[in-house]
Amino acid sequence: MSDCDDNDAGWIFYKDRPDWSDVKPVPEDDGPTPVVVIAHSEKFEDVYDYFRAVLQNDEKSERALELTKDAVELNAANYTVWQYRRELLKALGTDLRSELDYVESVIRLSPKNYQVWHHRRVLVEWLQDPSHELDLTEEALLQDPKNYHAWQHRQWAMKTFGLYDTEIEFVDSLLTEDVRNNSAWNQRYFVHNNYTGWSDINVQKEISYTLEKIKFVKNNESAWNYLRGVLIHDKRGLNGNGLVTSFCEELYRNRCRSPFLLAFIIDACEDAIKKNEADGCHNAIRAIELCDALATKYDKIREKYWKYLSNRFQKYKSENGDNHSV
Amino acid sequence: MSFKTKDVVLSADRPKSLLIPKHADYLASYGLNKDDFEYCMTEYLRMSGIYWSLTAMELMDQTSRMPKDDIIQFITSCQDNESGGISASNGHDPHMLYTLSAVQVLAMYDRLDAIDVDGVVRYVSSMQQEDGSFYGDKWGEVDTRFSFCAVMTLSLLHRLDAINVNKAVDFVLSCMNFDGGFGSKPGSESHAGLIYCCVGTLSICNRMDALKADELAWWLCERQLPSGGLNGRPEKLPDLCYSWWVMASLSMLNRIHWVDKDNLEQYILACQDAESGGFSDRPGDIPDPFHTLFGLAGLSLLGNSSIKRVNPTYCMPQETIDRLRLEPQILLI
Ligand SMILES: [Zn+2]
Repeated sequence: MSDCDDNDAGWIFYKDRPDWSDVKPVPEDDGPTPVVVIAHSEKFEDVYDYFRAVLQNDEKSERALELTKDAVELNAANYTVWQYRRELLKALGTDLRSELDYVESVIRLSPKNYQVWHHRRVLVEWLQDPSHELDLTEEALLQDPKNYHAWQHRQWAMKTFGLYDTEIEFVDSLLTEDVRNNSAWNQRYFVHNNYTGWSDINVQKEISYTLEKIKFVKNNESAWNYLRGVLIHDKRGLNGNGLVTSFCEELYRNRCRSPFLLAFIIDACEDAIKKNEADGCHNAIRAIELCDALATKYDKIREKYWKYLSNRFQKYKSENGDNHSV
Repeated sequence: MSFKTKDVVLSADRPKSLLIPKHADYLASYGLNKDDFEYCMTEYLRMSGIYWSLTAMELMDQTSRMPKDDIIQFITSCQDNESGGISASNGHDPHMLYTLSAVQVLAMYDRLDAIDVDGVVRYVSSMQQEDGSFYGDKWGEVDTRFSFCAVMTLSLLHRLDAINVNKAVDFVLSCMNFDGGFGSKPGSESHAGLIYCCVGTLSICNRMDALKADELAWWLCERQLPSGGLNGRPEKLPDLCYSWWVMASLSMLNRIHWVDKDNLEQYILACQDAESGGFSDRPGDIPDPFHTLFGLAGLSLLGNSSIKRVNPTYCMPQETIDRLRLEPQILLI
């Protein structure tokens, strides 16, 4: 957000510009008071008084286009300014390449703003040229790896123009940087879902990859969620993949008590019970023990949730009789 | 446990009780302080600003402190005759977000007659796309937020029949992720604010059955941090507005008791500004009407009896929802 108190040297108010003397500024209609009376700096007021005038007269001119730049600089979140700017671009037949450069510079200043990214998307659509979108979003994501707008734009460009080839490498580099980056895990899923597909081989590959990452940081919500997501595509379910089960059991034996590990084993127990595959490792009694350990010791803040789950397993136990007590 | 978490620490001298008179004063005089440069640029979202302030005042039973006649006149003047949509302020272009805010405000005032209702219905239904999604404005940005705006606006007008509800639901469901959460578009990362929009859409359309309720509710509970506050995505800082989105979603899922209510209440109260009134995103930050509404609404969901009951789907007083005879769906466990 730009500061509305800035009085940069050399700035000339629109009201003092001879080439704008033909325009009568339109002051803000404040609407109902007092909720909405707003303190404006002089510059802000001046620019927007003239912007309102241009809007009201529907003036389509180069100077109006320049004026919208000043208005954006003062408040990049004002959607009406951007909308009018697009009307102007169309009406004036402006070179859209230079507009692409311009919006890139605004994105650098306001990377978390809906309007700038939306403007960018409209331009890329008009030009049908996505060749800079991966670089642009990469730059934004290196600055803030969880920037939702940048991810949305990147996914849109990838989907619309089929830009999947190098994405897994990009995701890898982000996860190497921060293995807890949930956005990067989500992107990994996005690539497999839309491009690579979930063949048995790919599922196994992704499982191995994820287990490696969990070995590195065990209490990582995003990686455990991803593991579940991958296992949706393994017909053996949460309890039936030998690699996953032995990995979890080894962590457990080595005294890892991450709530996400325990939660995963609990869900594997439920999967097993539902498929009539309960065994020494996955059964209701063990699930109840784990739920109780989470509720009383390892994840007390979510005690109510674990008690709810525990009750569910009590029901399984009494309904089916549990012949796999450990 | 020694896991490193991104979180805040609540200080010992934080506000621990609810300061209703302060908040009412804060909202009544909001924007009058010329030094508030923080808010100098809010013309473009004024309609939502009115909704946040009025709803907060309603919940505190202080509605009379808002300039009702001016507000209604202002809303009337913001409707675009041609499209039927409503803009944030005079001279701006209509948008789904502000159309919803305007309808919410008029519904609270029981003054829906102040706008051309058929025009609003025409505008909202014109935004629906072939795949069931909704644009936010004529420039074609698609987002599950706009699906929620559409069904909420139309249901408040009792005109849900004007859109294809099944398709709207299908689009929202196509945004469900492998973790049970929702994002802005198919494949976009799960995000508590967008989960609220999607669960809210299903609540209004009576399709809560389509959710993976336990899985989603667990993901939402995982948003609670040791400070008691809730974040919007894994590894993000807690934020009061996310507390509302998570809590409201859990309420619709009938699982709000899964969070640690005492801790959460402490966090929300700590976000009050004891001097100026109002709530901020995190303890010690500058307050604003947006977080003030969500602080009060959150406390209402937690059962605070000095605030009116809020409806989790609409984020409006329950009495308004009852008067309109709306019954957004709440899951029965
Ligand atoms: Zn916030």
